[in-house]
Amino acid sequence: MQTAGDAAPLELCIDSKTYLSADGTPVEVVRGLELRLEAGSFGALIGPSGCGKTTILRIAAGLDPDFRGEIRTPGAGRLGIVFQEPRLLPWRTVEQNIRLALPAGDSAADLTELVDILGLGSHLARYPGELSLGLARRTAIARAFAVRPDFLLLDEPFVSLDQAIADRLRDELVALTTRTRVTTLFVTHDLDEAIQLSDRLFLLSDRPTRIIAEKSLPPPRGKRDKDVVASIGDEMRRLVSQVAG
Amino acid sequence: MTRIYSLAILIAGWALAAALVQSRLLPGPLTVGTTILADLRSGELPFQMACTLGRVIISFAIAMILGIAAGYAMGRSKTADRYADPWLTVLLNMPALVTIIFAYIWIGLNETAAILAVAVNKLPNVIVIMREGARALDPELDEMARAFKFTLLTRLRHVTIPQFAPYLAACSRSGLSIVWKIVLVVELIGRPNGVGFVLGSAFSLFDMTQILSYAICFIVLMLVIEGYLVQPLERRANRWRRRPA
Repeated sequence: MQTAGDAAPLELCIDSKTYLSADGTPVEVVRGLELRLEAGSFGALIGPSGCGKTTILRIAAGLDPDFRGEIRTPGAGRLGIVFQEPRLLPWRTVEQNIRLALPAGDSAADLTELVDILGLGSHLARYPGELSLGLARRTAIARAFAVRPDFLLLDEPFVSLDQAIADRLRDELVALTTRTRVTTLFVTHDLDEAIQLSDRLFLLSDRPTRIIAEKSLPPPRGKRDKDVVASIGDEMRRLVSQVAG
Repeated sequence: MTRIYSLAILIAGWALAAALVQSRLLPGPLTVGTTILADLRSGELPFQMACTLGRVIISFAIAMILGIAAGYAMGRSKTADRYADPWLTVLLNMPALVTIIFAYIWIGLNETAAILAVAVNKLPNVIVIMREGARALDPELDEMARAFKFTLLTRLRHVTIPQFAPYLAACSRSGLSIVWKIVLVVELIGRPNGVGFVLGSAFSLFDMTQILSYAICFIVLMLVIEGYLVQPLERRANRWRRRPA
């Protein structure tokens, strides 16, 4: 059932995306990609490094209008985004970094709960240069959730973190996305991570990228056993090798 | 403290030299000091300094505003840079005196010509520095600001200007020193008031006492502006840089 406005799915149709490489030759990064993600669900894009995942994300975020195709974003289109690098303003404190992203009428919003979930409470007055990468990533995640997005994009937000911190952040992300029921598209090259977090998997091919396999996973997200993750992983790898072979 | 000693030694050396030479061409600190006091009381010195300071402020402001706009455009647009770069080279290499003479001949011996001549002399220096600043703007932060739909004002205040701050500081400091020096020449050639004019007429009378008293007051004023305005502003802009945590 589709209710007015806020429950529309995310639809990405990228017929073709080409860019000019440094020596002037056109490189086709994406061709014939079609993706549909139900409102409120968590989708993961999985693909090898350099296959164009970030390109797709930038198009979905509306940051790159130079492509052939069509996108329809969920809800009023209020976007929260977490880039691969935290992209914080180094000259503003953690709290200012989060608040600056808030829409104009909302700049005094109460952030206590969000900040507590992400464990940022004691760091609000610090500058990004004084933070560990893990804390900087948390700040970036807090900024994305603070705008109360209808649509959330995450670009490999847990790379180059140590295992324990990445696991905790994944749990926090599951908790936040479950609570807010925001339509989320998550980009990663790590299949196990994707299986653990998502409702739906989209496997991407090499360049030019398209979707070669997709699969819905049964709930609940975030609490899947190692065995379950491993068996889904094997199944997906078989699917991919079939398509490739 | 060391500074005060060093200054005291300088003044003592001067007093000694003056006492030894006993010439009208090298008055001692005491003579110069009494002249300064007398000129301060009569209001002559404050008036002349105010004339000069006014010209400094106005031409500095004009050069900064035009220079920031032009430098930004040239740093952001390759086309603008290609077209404007030869002009910039001409401006950079134009001797200050030539600009001043042009201004006085074409515009007339008036305030507009004086201020414009100073501004034009400083302009290329601002453009060159701000162009580097605009080239160094971080496209990733720009993208972040677009994704979170920062308003134009927020973007300027929190994203762009802080990135420009070190360049602004550099060109206001180097620019201020250029302006100070050229204003005096402009006044010497074609104005009926200001420190430059006074120095010119004192020169024709070989009145070293007056030359020294004005020069010293002028240097003190510059040091005050540098120490109480420029440096604190610079410190404020650099607050966020890594400090011991």
